[in-house]
Amino acid sequence: MKNYLYSIILITIFLFIWETGARFVHTSFILPAPTEIAMKLWELKVELLLYHLPVTLVIIAIGLGISLVLGIALAISMNISKTLEQAIYPILITSQTIPIIALAPIFVLWFGYSIWSKVIVTIIITFFPITVSTFDGFQSTSKELKELFQTLGATKRQLFFKLEVPSALPSFFSGLKVAVPMSVIGAAIGEWLGAQAGLGYFSRRMMTQFNGAGVFAPIVILSLIGILLFITVVLLEKNILKWRRF
Amino acid sequence: MREQNKKAALQFKNVDFHYKNTEGKIPILKNLNFSVADGEFVSIIGASGSGKSTIFRLIVGLEALTSGSICLNEKAVDNRSGKVGYMPQQDLLMPWRTVQQNAALPLELKKENHLDRKTVKNLLEAFGLKGYENKYPHELSGGMRQRVSFLRATLSGSNVLLLDEPFSALDAMTKLYMQEWLLEQWEQQQSTILFITHDISEALFLSDRIFVITETPITALKEIEVPLERPRRQQDLDKKEVTELKNNLLEQFRTRV
Ligand SMILES: Nc1ncnc2c1ncn2[C@@H]1O[C@H](COP(=O)(O)OP(=O)(O)OP(=O)(O)O)[C@@H](O)[C@H]1O
Ligand SMILES: [Mg+2]
Repeated sequence: MKNYLYSIILITIFLFIWETGARFVHTSFILPAPTEIAMKLWELKVELLLYHLPVTLVIIAIGLGISLVLGIALAISMNISKTLEQAIYPILITSQTIPIIALAPIFVLWFGYSIWSKVIVTIIITFFPITVSTFDGFQSTSKELKELFQTLGATKRQLFFKLEVPSALPSFFSGLKVAVPMSVIGAAIGEWLGAQAGLGYFSRRMMTQFNGAGVFAPIVILSLIGILLFITVVLLEKNILKWRRF
Repeated sequence: MREQNKKAALQFKNVDFHYKNTEGKIPILKNLNFSVADGEFVSIIGASGSGKSTIFRLIVGLEALTSGSICLNEKAVDNRSGKVGYMPQQDLLMPWRTVQQNAALPLELKKENHLDRKTVKNLLEAFGLKGYENKYPHELSGGMRQRVSFLRATLSGSNVLLLDEPFSALDAMTKLYMQEWLLEQWEQQQSTILFITHDISEALFLSDRIFVITETPITALKEIEVPLERPRRQQDLDKKEVTELKNNLLEQFRTRV
């Protein structure tokens, strides 16, 4: 906890300045005070937590899940086949220059207001860090250790599970730590563009009603989801990579 | 002195080998013949880049011979992976495995898991690693890591062990200690050891014979018998015939540099 002391002090100061500033400017539809947001959150708790939150969570879960499966599968394939790597890796890197958010409306056109338009945005935004970090992890396998396995007569399968997978794990977790908060952003953007429920959708609806505190309240919950997911990954990482000096 | 039966544990028969690069072939071995007897301790010394590690890479099958053959226990063996214990130039332990898991890797790969627990536990004790079974490599000293790596090579189940400069990264004191320890293990396990080193004193202290690489490509190894009885002590290196031999060897390397 001591490690976070300075951050907590900084945030408290920031919130304090925000609060005084907001009260001074007094335009709560543009800049609601933190206390106003907190009150709004309390007021809307049932609707937000029981109705909108589950919708968003499902999008995040499906999006992240598919991203993990596809990303890991592609990373493994590229690790096995040099040709595949040379064909796909450059495209993967270049694809990051495409402004995905600008493309998002197209998915709404294709998939309508169904859950899939949001899931696709989430997948696209998280697929890259997962794939690239997993692949880089596989590639970081020490050549000398590979040779040692060879001299011990290891099979391809043993080489993969006993050497390449453990070698890739640290990098995979780094990628996952980037991807997890991004999945929340992806889901929120998706809902922003076209949805009938969800925290992103609710925030946007409040915007059209000039309800400043109402815009911020679901965003607070979205950040909390991001933080919780991140902490989960960190705990998982510490548990699986016990051997590392954290 | 330890009894040596005449059987050969390792033989090179007319071995040719060259590396290839963009400019062409780099010949390393040319029609090389040598033989190491079962239970013998042989050191290989030679200048950096003379091809010492290459000889090991050929024995374990990481490089393929151009022609000739390599015999293990007097039989020509084409696929030698998994058949010789090899301890590479660095200790090469896997950071995510404990001492015990690292050492047991050869058994695990051969699916001899029933051997794991007991054999490894007893051996860990014999190797002075008791109490460290569940530690990770980064928690060990350099000498301990070398012992784990050596134990792993031993567990490959072969009577032939190849050690590539195992002690080069250790400080002088630890090195002396590890040399004595290695001789003890060798005597107990009755293995055949081929040992690469840059350190002439180390080679003299440990070996029955020393193979000197005088030129690359290697056409022949200059073989030198070490005139010392066993068991040996470090002081034995001060004997007159040994110091003469040492100066001789040093002289050879000096003229070659
Ligand atoms: N993969 C390779 N391709 C081309 N040349 C190589 C390759 N590996 C080694 N060589 C060359 O072969 C020669 C012998 O290398 P080797 O590693 O056997 O030397 P060494 O005697 O073990 O040296 P050191 O004492 O520095 O470890 C060197 O000149 C080296 O440059
Ligand atoms: Mg070498």
